[in-house]
Amino acid sequence: MTRLKAQIIKELLCLLRDPKSRVVLIVPPLMQLLIFSYAATLEVSNVDMVLLNEDSGRWSHEVISRTAASSFIGSIKTVAGPEEMQRVIDERRALMALHFQSDFSRNLSAGKPAVLQVLLDGRRANSAQIAQSYLNSVISGINEEIQPKLSANMPKAEVRNWFNPNLIYQWFIVPALVGTLAMTSSLIVCALSIARERELGTFDQLLVSPAKPLEIIIGKMVPALIVGSGLGCVMIAAGAFIFRIPFTGSLLLLLISLVMFIISVVGIGLMISSICKTQQQAILGTFSIIVPLILLSGFATPVENMPYILQLVAEANPLKHFLIIVQGSFLKSLSAEMVFASVWPMLIIFSVTFTLAVVFIKGRLQ
Amino acid sequence: MKGSAPIKSNYSGRLLSLIRKESLQAVRDPSTILIAFILPVILLFLFAYAVSLDVRQIRIGVVLESNTPAAAELAAALNSTRYFEVTAARHRKEVEDLVVAGSLRGFVVIPQDFDARLAANNKAAVIQVIADGVSPNTANFISGYAQGVLGNWNTARLSEKGGASPPVISLESRFWFNPEIESRRFLVPGAIAIVMTMIGTLLTALVIAREWERGTYEAIISTPIGRMEILLGKLLPYFFLGMGATVCCTVLATTLFGVPLRGSWFALLSLSACFLVPALGQGLMISTLTKNQFVAAQAALFSGFLPAFMLSGFLYEIDSMPFILQMVTRIIPASYFVANLQTVFLTGDIWSQFIRGMAAMLAVGCLFFAITAAKTHKRLDI
Repeated sequence: MTRLKAQIIKELLCLLRDPKSRVVLIVPPLMQLLIFSYAATLEVSNVDMVLLNEDSGRWSHEVISRTAASSFIGSIKTVAGPEEMQRVIDERRALMALHFQSDFSRNLSAGKPAVLQVLLDGRRANSAQIAQSYLNSVISGINEEIQPKLSANMPKAEVRNWFNPNLIYQWFIVPALVGTLAMTSSLIVCALSIARERELGTFDQLLVSPAKPLEIIIGKMVPALIVGSGLGCVMIAAGAFIFRIPFTGSLLLLLISLVMFIISVVGIGLMISSICKTQQQAILGTFSIIVPLILLSGFATPVENMPYILQLVAEANPLKHFLIIVQGSFLKSLSAEMVFASVWPMLIIFSVTFTLAVVFIKGRLQ
Repeated sequence: MKGSAPIKSNYSGRLLSLIRKESLQAVRDPSTILIAFILPVILLFLFAYAVSLDVRQIRIGVVLESNTPAAAELAAALNSTRYFEVTAARHRKEVEDLVVAGSLRGFVVIPQDFDARLAANNKAAVIQVIADGVSPNTANFISGYAQGVLGNWNTARLSEKGGASPPVISLESRFWFNPEIESRRFLVPGAIAIVMTMIGTLLTALVIAREWERGTYEAIISTPIGRMEILLGKLLPYFFLGMGATVCCTVLATTLFGVPLRGSWFALLSLSACFLVPALGQGLMISTLTKNQFVAAQAALFSGFLPAFMLSGFLYEIDSMPFILQMVTRIIPASYFVANLQTVFLTGDIWSQFIRGMAAMLAVGCLFFAITAAKTHKRLDI
């Protein structure tokens, strides 16, 4: 036990002795949480629009002034002809273009349907689709006024959003960032730990010391575990107190799952570390695994939209399971049973990766 | 450099042998190959197939509380749209728990008095849509599409009766450059920017930090080789590695992932070359400031890779960010690169946009190199 304790203290000292590594462990993840939580939004605002108006009647002006007054529009640039409109879109200076043909108002005044051409930048199709839906609601507002009969005939749906009634995007992204940032930090700390000693040649010394391989490995795990869990806790607190996201679940269960999550991440880090000979290999190996872990977690897009095979692969991703727990604990008051349903896959991931790491390290001994 | 290869006094010979040494070192390490050629394949594959912003087949429940033909018709309409994968139910209780558990993203209730509400002409809502707000984007799509289905169903119903009035102003939308609205067409070009950030910034930061860590960088400085040559010797191999990765990614994108290359190879390669200047500069700057592989890796992660992912306009629209963050994106070279890559792949050669982007990337690159030069001087003066 004393040997293990000494081992852990030595590892912690190694990590925290250097002031630069202390700073780099703590400050950037917290800054990223603040920056990314404001950056990551799938709402669309400040849309730059081009306008080509060949119609001189009052209806195009009505549509333009209503559109200009709605909050998603940033700027409107009027152009004289289709070539210029094309150029502005090509150069990516506008997301959306409105084109009124010369008979627009005439048709409306005559009680005939009028067509408004909308051109959208397909390079930013996601934002363009959202902007288009905003425009749609502006137009249907105008339509209902022109023809009240229309609105009377249009059945309505009552929409309620559970857990996040106003669909605040930060309520989604902050818990997701908690998992993602805690994972990246602890993964790098852990992956570098063994590779560093191997690169410097001190790993062999460690192996001939009285410390048993298991003790060495546990000693290597603890710093990453402390860093990851610590960061996770601070970020959860930031989510609740700075971003004021309602916390409805069990804090105890969330903290236990956080530790389980970091343990499973550390298992992956150890496995990478045990294969690599140099720090460079360990870092590049870690990055190569971080990207798929993030992409297959539901952070950027829901896992259920992915092809079936990738959904199966995602089951081996601890981040995917932790995101369910952390988002559920904040918003959905997730029950213990449901938390457990996502905890056990993480334990399996840990036991597999940990076993592999031990096998690889013992393999070096012989 | 072995003893058999004496340091030549002529500039280009010395530079060449340095480049040769660095390239050999780079190629010998399997991790370089991993990051330059294997990772791009995995990344492009994931961006083409895993990260899909196209919403289809959202799992929802449809609770049919009414037994009338009209209600059944609407339920069938919800069932047949490609946007939803429907679990049918008779009572709310059956689907509510599934939403809490996350296996359904929401549900639509067609109430018992559906026909009466429909006949009352808009006095009350005819259906209820419940969406799981935990993922706001999906929730928005569910309510949007559910209302769309309801509207279309109603129009079809009225026109059968002959009583429909067409919408007075109708929108005719066209998506330029990407008429099928496939997200992979703009995500895959963006992914190239991420690959290049990893090669340019991360790999360079690590390699040079290692030299500092081991003290071999001072050893090189003490030789007659000029500082410019050292830098070029270090950076050029990674420059070519990055260009090689661009070519490799582009071939994959156009052949396997169905992304068109409407611009020219010349424009694409010029853009990549211009992007590599700030990317390599950032790697060099990080290694010079940190002189330690662990710190360099963390710094590259948090200042290079994650911003390229989150702040480049690749996944999240820059125009929609708060003003201060929009300013921050101006010094992130990947934000120019992503926009220009999407243009060169999907639109064509729009040189007016490219030149602005290239100038910005080179300017950011110069800034990074200037900071590095300032810091290197101090080091040598001690």
